[in-house]
Amino acid sequence: MSEVTLTVNGREVTRDVEDRTLLVHLLREHLGLTGTHVGCDTSQCGACTIHMNGKAVKSCGLLAVQADGSDIVTIEGLANGDTLHPMQAAFRENHGLQCGFCTPGMIMMAVDIVNRHPGGLDEQTIRKELEGNICRCTGYHNIVKAVAAAADEMSGVAMAAE
Amino acid sequence: MGIEGIGARVLRKEDRRFITGKGRYTDDIVERDMTHGVFVRSPHAHAKVLSMDTAAAEAMPGVIGVVTGQQLIDGAVGNIICGWMIYSKDGSPMKAAPWKVMDPEVVRHVGQPVALVVAETRAQAADAAEKIVIEYEELPALTDFSKAMDDGAPQVHEDVPNNLICDWQLGEEAATDEALATAAHVIELDLEQNRLVPNAIEPRAAIASYNEAEDHFTLNSTSQNPHVARLVLSAFYNIAPEHKLRVIAPDVGGGFGSKIYIYPEEITCLWAAKHLGRPIKWVADRTESFMTDAHGRDHVTKAKLGLDADHKFIGLKVETTANIGAYMSLFSSATPTYLYACLLAGQYTTPNIYCNVKLVYSHTTPVDAYRGAGRPEATFVVERMVEAAARQLGVSPAELRRKNFISEFPYQTPVLMNYDKADLHGLLDKGLAAIDYDGFAQRKAAAAARGKLRGIGFSCYIEACGLAPSKAVGQLGGGVGQWESAEVRVNPVGTIELLTGSHSHGQGHETTFAQVIAERFGLPTDNVQIVHGDTDKVQFGMGTYGSRSGPVGMGAIAKALDKIEAKAKKLAGHLLEADENDIVIEGGELKVAGTDKKLAWHEMTLGAYTAHNIPDDMEPGLSEKAFYDPANFTFPAGTFICEVEIDPNTGVTQVVKFVAVDDFGVIVNPNIVEGQVHGGLAQGIGQALFEACHYDDAGQLLTASYMDYCMPRADDLPNFALDHIETPNPNNPLGVKGCGEAGAIGAPAAVMNAVTDALGTEDITMPATPEKVWRAIQANRPAMAAE
Amino acid sequence: MYATNYAKAASVQDAVAKLQAAEDGKFLGGGQTLIATMKQRLAAPSDVIDLTKIPELHGISAGPDGLTIGAASTHATVAGSADVQRVIPAVSELASMIGDPAVRHMGTIGGVLANNDPAADYPAATLGLNATVHTSKGTYGADDYFRGMFETALDEDEIITKVVFPVPQKAAYEKFRNQASRYALCSVFVAKLGNGECRVAVSGSGQDGVFRVKEMEAALNAQWSPDAVTGIAVNPDSILSDIHGSAEYRAHLISVLAGRAVAKAG
Repeated sequence: MSEVTLTVNGREVTRDVEDRTLLVHLLREHLGLTGTHVGCDTSQCGACTIHMNGKAVKSCGLLAVQADGSDIVTIEGLANGDTLHPMQAAFRENHGLQCGFCTPGMIMMAVDIVNRHPGGLDEQTIRKELEGNICRCTGYHNIVKAVAAAADEMSGVAMAAE
Repeated sequence: MGIEGIGARVLRKEDRRFITGKGRYTDDIVERDMTHGVFVRSPHAHAKVLSMDTAAAEAMPGVIGVVTGQQLIDGAVGNIICGWMIYSKDGSPMKAAPWKVMDPEVVRHVGQPVALVVAETRAQAADAAEKIVIEYEELPALTDFSKAMDDGAPQVHEDVPNNLICDWQLGEEAATDEALATAAHVIELDLEQNRLVPNAIEPRAAIASYNEAEDHFTLNSTSQNPHVARLVLSAFYNIAPEHKLRVIAPDVGGGFGSKIYIYPEEITCLWAAKHLGRPIKWVADRTESFMTDAHGRDHVTKAKLGLDADHKFIGLKVETTANIGAYMSLFSSATPTYLYACLLAGQYTTPNIYCNVKLVYSHTTPVDAYRGAGRPEATFVVERMVEAAARQLGVSPAELRRKNFISEFPYQTPVLMNYDKADLHGLLDKGLAAIDYDGFAQRKAAAAARGKLRGIGFSCYIEACGLAPSKAVGQLGGGVGQWESAEVRVNPVGTIELLTGSHSHGQGHETTFAQVIAERFGLPTDNVQIVHGDTDKVQFGMGTYGSRSGPVGMGAIAKALDKIEAKAKKLAGHLLEADENDIVIEGGELKVAGTDKKLAWHEMTLGAYTAHNIPDDMEPGLSEKAFYDPANFTFPAGTFICEVEIDPNTGVTQVVKFVAVDDFGVIVNPNIVEGQVHGGLAQGIGQALFEACHYDDAGQLLTASYMDYCMPRADDLPNFALDHIETPNPNNPLGVKGCGEAGAIGAPAAVMNAVTDALGTEDITMPATPEKVWRAIQANRPAMAAE
Repeated sequence: MYATNYAKAASVQDAVAKLQAAEDGKFLGGGQTLIATMKQRLAAPSDVIDLTKIPELHGISAGPDGLTIGAASTHATVAGSADVQRVIPAVSELASMIGDPAVRHMGTIGGVLANNDPAADYPAATLGLNATVHTSKGTYGADDYFRGMFETALDEDEIITKVVFPVPQKAAYEKFRNQASRYALCSVFVAKLGNGECRVAVSGSGQDGVFRVKEMEAALNAQWSPDAVTGIAVNPDSILSDIHGSAEYRAHLISVLAGRAVAKAG
């Protein structure tokens, strides 16, 4: 057992967990943050994608103790109160989700993609960057549209803030 | 339409919870005192179980108990059923061998469950599962189902000789043979339908609990049809009578058919929850999903198409062997027979059609309905044959189709179906314009200049969905009726709860169903709450599959709304002292036509509940229920045109253009319909280019994770160009036809017709992987060089 | 996953001591392979010793010896490094093609080279550039380091500290992905080193892991052009064959990709 301390969605939490506990299980089972999902065993579907210290990682691919001391943001922490994050809003506005199961991971990855491409995103880049996230419902068409729309919105927000 | 009525692009009401991580899927639910189950599964495709020792596992930390198949048999748990009886051409019934929930004596596919270990944590259950000692005697396995009927082939079930479940036929063989004999041209192809794994991203899961004080079970489960689950759990598996069993399907992360069926895991968990006295959660990992979710497709087919001198189709003969896997799953008999052969007329006037299907067992995971279920297979046969015919005759594939289109409706096909209405020429015209067909030669030349092979392929599909008229289903051997139910409960303040037997696992019912109500009464969709997926709340329902929630589920809603409307008008007439026939409902008001007399919707509903002033013959309240049984199947149709570019050096195929023009009848929400098409196309393109389930000769599943089973990614797929024609369905209260499967039905043929066009050979199977394409190019090189 | 004990190493010495004290310990880099393997119960180390917090394993620098990349550098760090992009853009590009963005945020160059998966990317650059692998015990030239599929020169308690890539005149990497896993079904790294020596290293295809194609190297030494290599056939006998690609197909891809890589290198 190890004691793990994390900042999750802005709140510091400490839990005693077995060393073999994956980060995703700490989030889901110990913290009740069930928005982060598990869709495969080989870290390929991306449904468990979260942000660790500002970067997208697959929370099924690391032990909770590996994340000790880090800053975690999950889908539950993305919105600002009642105000949706532009990526969340764009997924809704562009019908970028159907069953919703891959959606949290998709949105967390999409935010990371936009963060890493401050100069803007074309369709081909978005498709390429989504290679670690699998959706079975949408055929990706509207996900790509949503990411592009949010990227525009987010860069507009960033420019306005400067 | 109102701004939120039928035809409006209303944003989905359900999205807010999914985009904020507040969805509630089965694995998100925690029951008090919950335990965790892990199944022990057969590592062999075919073996006798000689012994099983669970003592060491039971002694492991945290273990509550171990459940074996023998315990289930001793507990009178029934065998798993196939729900559709079919007959061989000699009149004998299909030979469905018993499917024991966890067979204690023989295992017949890799992954078959043999025991359940229940422990305080999932990790403890997994640790203990490894301590169960099972002695197997390995037996020869049959995985190449094309050899299933060979003498000496390994036998899957003792009482099914040559593994032949049913030798089924439809149509007139003699007449078809005669047509082919007199044909000016006969086109022959050997075709394969690759085996697919549905792969909803949410793995199957169940939480079973038992309340001893009330002698009552609850099952939370990833089900597309919770009522049907409860029915068979009660009637066939002897878990509990229906009133003692509540089945809840909360948010469900995709289904595509694989979550229709009631699997050994749910049955075992329910029995064990009572036996062990604790709630049990089981969640499949992805490899378990690969090994146990019902797979799809898996046919080999020989087809012959005869044309007369004028290029009219005069006969189609199709001989198919369909792999059923190790056991007969719920719809496994119907999928490769009635849902397949009945669609072999396609969009054409072919007068003579005969189809023979041999359903065979093999030592593989059971195969059942997967998005499209039989209709993708039929469309593939018809559309590959037509395209091959056009090429062999040197005529335009578009014009050959046009020449043979059905143009007068209703049209009775030679294979049972009676098409109600379609505009096939209109669909093709729109498709040709959208793809810029005339510009193809130029695009092909430009691709050649870049060293690429460019091809174009058509798929003009028509399918039957909206399952289905119950009488017809019964006559064809189905074990249930396929109507749907709806209950509209109008509250005293005028808001509405709609209870539906359809189940939404991505289809957006919370939005579209609310739109149907908004359309009828002019109310905002926010005033409507959709209730579904809970047998305690909704009286009964057949669930969601076969593109039925639109045509059948909404049909039931429309009928219930008719009753609400009639009562509302009668009450409004009474309150406004007008004839009820003069009342019109619009914009949330009940008005007397031609006057300024009116009532707000909520004034009427409150009046119904206070009942201070209602007609003497009227019951208080405003709540109505309806069952809707469709008069016919519905027949969506469409033209898909695909363009691919192939890199001849690597064999990589890229879909560069894809046009889909569909006729789904009336469209309730274009956003959602387009989304359904996108997803279906992705699965169809996946079948054509990427997805294949492989077993080795010993029956080991080689594609049991995303490392080996290729799921299409964003960069594998193009943007799709969609368009529609709306010919309202004459037999449906709302004019809708259903849209959930069309993409998956039509796309594989369009892609393969484009690939074979680019390659100049028909000789390539799905999925057209880079290596297969490269090999086809190698094999074809002399021919290409000679051109 | 089986039960295991996790420990964070503060230094290379600390890591070695912890491993030696463990019953059956394993070093942990970004964990993108090891954790996945443990999840599937295919590996059961009693202890995992996390190397990624050791300061001396971090850092990227360009100097007279070439490009030095600390073993705990993630793929994203390497791909995004201005030094790497400037000095050996082919290594930057290779790093940007590993796994997916989330994997690149965790996976490390040291972890990849210690594991030596036959379908990994870095072995191709390491061998193709004749890099030097520095460890807690010494150094290895690339030709000595790789010893077959999942086999390297490393001892159980030996830690990669950094990799030094000599700066080539030209280099490029071409990767053909396994459509399912997105690992390399076949990939080729070509380089013309500073001393003029040409190298061709292939990953994803060798039965013994990464390997060089000497005939292609000789042809490139004679003439650096795509045509020099595309006509050279690789013998399929030593090439991997599985459901994703036969030996014959992979052998063919080697020639195609080698030609494309040479063209890309310019």
